[in-house]
Amino acid sequence: MSDFLAMGGYAAFVWPTWGLSFLVLVGLVAHALVERREAREALRRLEEDEA
Amino acid sequence: MLSYFSNPQRFDRLARTLIPVFGSLTVVLLGVGGWLALLGSPPDYQQGETIRIMYVHVPAAYMAMALYAALAVASFVYFVWRHALADTAAEIIAPIGALFTVLALFTGSLWGKPMWGTWWEWDARMTSVLVLLLVYLGYMALRAALEDAQQAARTGAVLAMAGIVNLVIVKFSVDWWSSLHQPASLIRLDGPTIHASQLWPLVIMILAYSFLAGWLVLYRLRSQALRRRARALQRQRDQAARQREEAVS
Repeated sequence: MSDFLAMGGYAAFVWPTWGLSFLVLVGLVAHALVERREAREALRRLEEDEA
Repeated sequence: MLSYFSNPQRFDRLARTLIPVFGSLTVVLLGVGGWLALLGSPPDYQQGETIRIMYVHVPAAYMAMALYAALAVASFVYFVWRHALADTAAEIIAPIGALFTVLALFTGSLWGKPMWGTWWEWDARMTSVLVLLLVYLGYMALRAALEDAQQAARTGAVLAMAGIVNLVIVKFSVDWWSSLHQPASLIRLDGPTIHASQLWPLVIMILAYSFLAGWLVLYRLRSQALRRRARALQRQRDQAARQREEAVS
């Protein structure tokens, strides 16, 4: 396990690379989900006003 | 095919089918690819464990370029046929592509330091990818700066199509100029030059990123459709209110 984490002495380069990539992917998905919820909310409010 | 899917209802049906498919494929491929890349593949005989940077750097760089190609195609479709959907797609693709370009630059830097001894070099590959980022940002800034939506869409489309020149330079920069960056080992005429134990995790990761990008674009296109409906409803209501006011006065 500690061998795996050490990455042959390159841990300081391998893990930040994977961490950064993970953050970007998760961030993109989270943003898309929040955007959808807000769009749906806004439309719902407008439609409720009508009724 | 193009006019077939330019029908909003038909496109919506297609998107609703594809979104869960793309989403599940992304999760599965990221799981398998991530496992293979970190645990199930050997270290490189020259680069040791830093080869594991490749499995996230190359997909990010690949998406930076593929999304730019998609941006240019969507712009072309909008420019020639005036399909509103193509323009919305272009608007959505640009920031995602820009973010993947940033990711490619940073992960490349984190790979360059241990292997080349430098975070950055002003050579053809790195400089042309930086230009790619600037083209993305220029496209976004241009759209944001022009107030007339139609003018923003048309001018943006022209810029996006012109930027294709730089995309070609990015791709062939490693062949045309001497570069620190290694030449293509995947997409080349004589086939991949990389061993199967490293090829598979890389291909799976590239597929995972591609399906994720597809999911993002389709998902956000549907959110934009909701926003457009809300805007239209708001406009209708504003107009009705104005008419009532005029009737009173």
